[in-house]
Amino acid sequence: MNELQDPQTIRRLIQESRTIAVVGLSGNELRPSNFVGYYLKRHGYRVIPVNPREERVFDEPSYPSLADVPVPIDVVDVFRDPAAVPEIAREAVAAGAGALWLQFGVISDEGARIAREGGLDVVMDRCMKVEHARFLGRMHWLGFNTGAISSRR
Amino acid sequence: MGAMPEEREFGFETRAVHAGQRPDPYTGASATPIYQTAGFVFEDTESASAYFNLQEYGNVYSRIMNPTVAAFEERIASLENGAGSVAFASGLAAQAALFFALLEPGDRIAVAKALYGGSTAQLNHLARKLRIEVDWADIDDPDGWRRVVTPETKALFAETIANPGGNVLDLETAAAVAHDIGSPLIVDNTFATPYLCRPLDWGADIVVHSATKFIAGNGTTIAGAVVDSGQFDWSNGRFPTVADPSAAYHGLRFHDTFGVYGLLMKLRAETLRDLGSSLAPFSAFLLLLGLETLPVRMDRHVANALAVAEWLRGQPGVATVRHPALPESPYKQLADKYLPHGAGSVFSFDLESGREGGRRFIEALTLWSHIANVGDTKSLVIHPASTTHRQLSDEELDASGVAPGTVRLSVGLEDVDDLVWDLERALRAASSAAVAV
Repeated sequence: MNELQDPQTIRRLIQESRTIAVVGLSGNELRPSNFVGYYLKRHGYRVIPVNPREERVFDEPSYPSLADVPVPIDVVDVFRDPAAVPEIAREAVAAGAGALWLQFGVISDEGARIAREGGLDVVMDRCMKVEHARFLGRMHWLGFNTGAISSRR
Repeated sequence: MGAMPEEREFGFETRAVHAGQRPDPYTGASATPIYQTAGFVFEDTESASAYFNLQEYGNVYSRIMNPTVAAFEERIASLENGAGSVAFASGLAAQAALFFALLEPGDRIAVAKALYGGSTAQLNHLARKLRIEVDWADIDDPDGWRRVVTPETKALFAETIANPGGNVLDLETAAAVAHDIGSPLIVDNTFATPYLCRPLDWGADIVVHSATKFIAGNGTTIAGAVVDSGQFDWSNGRFPTVADPSAAYHGLRFHDTFGVYGLLMKLRAETLRDLGSSLAPFSAFLLLLGLETLPVRMDRHVANALAVAEWLRGQPGVATVRHPALPESPYKQLADKYLPHGAGSVFSFDLESGREGGRRFIEALTLWSHIANVGDTKSLVIHPASTTHRQLSDEELDASGVAPGTVRLSVGLEDVDDLVWDLERALRAASSAAVAV
């Protein structure tokens, strides 16, 4: 388990974050970004679309870049080609975001390094929906191995 | 969920008791409630559509998911070190669903010749009906897999410990051959259980179980499971059935959308939905009870079986004892490597007195149960040539490691002295038959 998938960091981000800018959020219901964005919104997070190709997603205006987002961002959640991540990481640092979260397969060591050096928490190659479902949600209802063991009610 | 626990990787025994089950948040019930319900009331219309669209984890209908079944699924997934599991109504139902989900007409599957007769029959008949070709591999030959795989081979399939021959699978070699051709290694881990061997740790991609055996433990329940490691790359161009937009699920791309959980989601939302071979909640409850005591039971099963095997090989009328942990076994080295805590409790031996001796032997036993099952607390015995393997041709029988005088034992948890007492009487009866003939 590497430092970019630290369970304590993941849990803290899931529990304490409120505003999530989803970079690459698609309006197409069959895209993974839409699945995750929909789920996060459903679970009470404020989901801000960042995608120059979309006008609105989930009834929210979509911003062309992180620099255009008018509110403080807790987590920048990225669904983009790994090659685009270093630039997104620089924008996330400039925007004063709290964390950079790179989804399944969005692997960029350089982007992770830039964000960490800029003071952001970084999670890489993990899905925010899955991690929420693992720690706070109902992932155990579908037979997935959550790793959770507790005798507390 | 209460307080946020400290991060800890819990041990196997702890997970056998706890994984997948948490106190019922509504009642506080400590044992897993049996959710004996067909359907689940939706909170509202939006939740209902989110569940159907797989945008949210939610209970819809017990053919597809059920909280009691899910507790079992998570527990077996945890014990096998997998990403998750889907339970089925039987071991063969689990296999059938997995093959159905992964394979397309025209595909080939490479399968160990030394195999449970029920699986051989399933592959010979069901797979061919679906126009899937089976290539049988001799796993005792170090190059056995390489001799039969082709570019169309979409999976390798074998048992950790073969039924009834006791052949031990060289997991690392099989995994290497599978991955060289971009295909998964599927392992039936029924005889070893995750307590004795975890194939996913050795490079296998998917484990299947007949949970009817040691997992249930008491011979009460027919059940099966598929456990996926989540590590196989289904988007390698060879598995459009998992990676491409699914016509059976409004164009959803399972691997792309669910990542390591892609195959499991497909297996549940599509295959289980369509085949309907779901596990009953009460059965899942019994399996949860079984898994709680799996480690302690397996230790005793293994010790009793080895004691019986060692006694048998010195007896008159016994030609061969095939137990992988005996020093003369051709599988001893593999057993030491992959099964360090014991090579299970099911093994076979050959009577010198052949088919008729086998019949007399079975008829003389009074403590051992003559029964077509294994992995019970009770000691079980069967004569494959006249029962489980009866539908196989002579060639298939030979390939499965079965001779006319082969007797298969599943050693239970009784006193070893009592088990030996019964066997000794039956051996005498078998030998007298040989003299009479």
